[in-house]
Amino acid sequence: MKNDIILAGVGGQGILSIAASIGLAAVANDLFLKQSEVHGMSQRGGDVQSHLRLSDKPVSSDLIPYGKADLIISVEPMESLRYLPWLSDKGWLVTNSNPFINIPDYPSLAEILKEIKKIKNHIIIDADVIAKESGSARSGNIVILGAASPFIDMPFTSLENAVRKLFGSKGDHIVDTNLKALNAGRECSIGLRI
Amino acid sequence: MKKLLLLGDEAIAKAALDAGLSGMYAYPGTPSTEIMEYIQSSEDSSDHKVHREWSSNEKTAIEAALGMSYAGKRAMVAMKHVGLNVAADGFINSAITGVNGGLIIVSADDPSMHSSQNEQDSRFYGKFAFVPCFEPSNQQEAYDMVFDAFEISEKYKSPVLFRITTRLAHSRASVNLRPGLPQKELSLPVDPLQFVLLPAIARGKYKSLLSSYESLRYDSLISKYNNFKDGNKRDLGIITCGIAYNYFLENVGDSIDNFPVLKITAYPFPKDLIKHITGRCKEILILEEGAPVLEEALRGILDDGIKIYGRLDGTVPRDGELNPAIVAKAIGLPLSYGQAVPSLVKMRPPSFCNGCGHADMFNSLIDAIKPYGSGHVFSDIGCYTLAALPPYNIINSCVDMGASVTMAIGASDAGLFPSVAVIGDSTFTHSGMTGLLDAVVKNSSVTIIISDNSTTGMTGGQKSQATGRIQQICKGIGVNPDHLRSIVPLRKNHSENVCTLKEEFEYKGVSVVIASRECIQTATRRKRSGNSMNNSIS
Repeated sequence: MKNDIILAGVGGQGILSIAASIGLAAVANDLFLKQSEVHGMSQRGGDVQSHLRLSDKPVSSDLIPYGKADLIISVEPMESLRYLPWLSDKGWLVTNSNPFINIPDYPSLAEILKEIKKIKNHIIIDADVIAKESGSARSGNIVILGAASPFIDMPFTSLENAVRKLFGSKGDHIVDTNLKALNAGRECSIGLRI
Repeated sequence: MKKLLLLGDEAIAKAALDAGLSGMYAYPGTPSTEIMEYIQSSEDSSDHKVHREWSSNEKTAIEAALGMSYAGKRAMVAMKHVGLNVAADGFINSAITGVNGGLIIVSADDPSMHSSQNEQDSRFYGKFAFVPCFEPSNQQEAYDMVFDAFEISEKYKSPVLFRITTRLAHSRASVNLRPGLPQKELSLPVDPLQFVLLPAIARGKYKSLLSSYESLRYDSLISKYNNFKDGNKRDLGIITCGIAYNYFLENVGDSIDNFPVLKITAYPFPKDLIKHITGRCKEILILEEGAPVLEEALRGILDDGIKIYGRLDGTVPRDGELNPAIVAKAIGLPLSYGQAVPSLVKMRPPSFCNGCGHADMFNSLIDAIKPYGSGHVFSDIGCYTLAALPPYNIINSCVDMGASVTMAIGASDAGLFPSVAVIGDSTFTHSGMTGLLDAVVKNSSVTIIISDNSTTGMTGGQKSQATGRIQQICKGIGVNPDHLRSIVPLRKNHSENVCTLKEEFEYKGVSVVIASRECIQTATRRKRSGNSMNNSIS
């Protein structure tokens, strides 16, 4: 088993929470794991990425080689395209459809979505709307994690447990809304795939 | 055995705690910050009363750590690579005094300059100071090496350099933990003159430093981290330093058996093993993360020995971080790529946060300086350096911590008027205060804007030594109180702030304008957690 995952977004959008959830689940499943993060200056509204590698064998490189990623998980549509050189032929791209516009020359959303739809295996969901319906507008990142979960080779319950653990210190209400968000994202994704 | 999922930084921090650390000293700097942050938030630290306050800069940090070592206890100091330049005086001389309690200096290099002004390789400093240097290739090694680094530090009475790079610092993996060791008892150095570097004493100590450096490479605590593995073929031998080994292994997988490989993760260089691999292979490929430190040594000036591939002949790019693709190309393996990035994807550089006080301060500065034309603003290192980019395009320098103040002095000496410095609060107490004293003593015609967001912002909001003290510091240094002004950088105060700045530009002497508004990131976090300001660390 090997899952090489690229997480993409803009600084402050919560991709490290997605990474932490998958990481906790991987440890619970006794998998080997390496997860490379971006800290520092880029976190100020710049593009950020995380390389997450899960395997049942030891992982060597902290970085995923080009063309070897099984999955791109993006919380922002334009950012999902930035990492296509890493995506393998059979890989999946799962992205939020809501743009984060903090640059003057942000391209048209229609054009971006057209490019994403050219990728053989893609899931585009409106994570912001689903997050609001689940009770917290701020859990869009966890909705996206849910939407990506069918493509991660770990039992879904282990991701649920990871979310419980990650948000546990913030109280039952936050845990519940995030679990709702996780499940809603997953259902939406499975629906789109059929 | 207990396991934890840790960043490379955190693995080093956890290992130090488990190895009986008594004091951690640091100034925040990417990619080293999380070492201190882990120690500050760890229960082990509070249970065992480990000292863990941020220092004003890397020099004060290393000196405090040396004092802890003088008193017989284990100390660690952490910094980014350029911090070691600031701390270099203490670092180099600590090698000559030697240590009492174990002392580890962690320097986190940032090849490719993800969040830095330069890329430099701290291994040069190890050789320069004649101290042992460890360079772990993964998180588990980082954890284990800390124990040996403390041991070798105490055995040879030498500080130990611990070199990591961004990719290890900020990559997480599972780490097996060891049982914890107790802290050392207070015990003064046997020789009361050990730390007295009077020339007569220093000469003798320097001689013994030189001879002990030579014997270090044969010590098992160093040599066990340098390993040779023979291969089926003898055409190309591979030497990897530190994390480069991972990219090599990623590419060759099981066919590693075809290559003789020397994996180096501790210094001084293992001369015997290097002779061994170069003696049995036709050609050598050297893979180093950072500068070609080993490659230069091996080639020498004459470069007339065995055929060597590396960074100096272009097999590997001369600068920048390694990655799997660079290493694949270097060993002649085919590259696979996914799809090209569509041309509509635009650059997304970092930018000021919505609600950032620096941004409002710069908007006022832009209007105030307009009549004088461009080229008057020296700046410094922090989030506010982003004002070099559009739409601000207002600052003309970012060199090293504190240089805004002193460059403004020099430019003013040359006749530039007005000469303005913009420096953050934490950068000011790191290295700006001494420059301000120069300005006051000379009565330079400079305006220094201290953009005070009450935190060390760019590294994620660590406690700033300056908070609540800037006014008093400036008064104490001797700034004329009439020209020590305070503004609140908010949009509604814009015209008032422009006036204040214009008045101070026209003053022919030292003026300081303190622009205070809490960082929006720390303010938001504080509101969420319901904490009052700056008490998050006890």
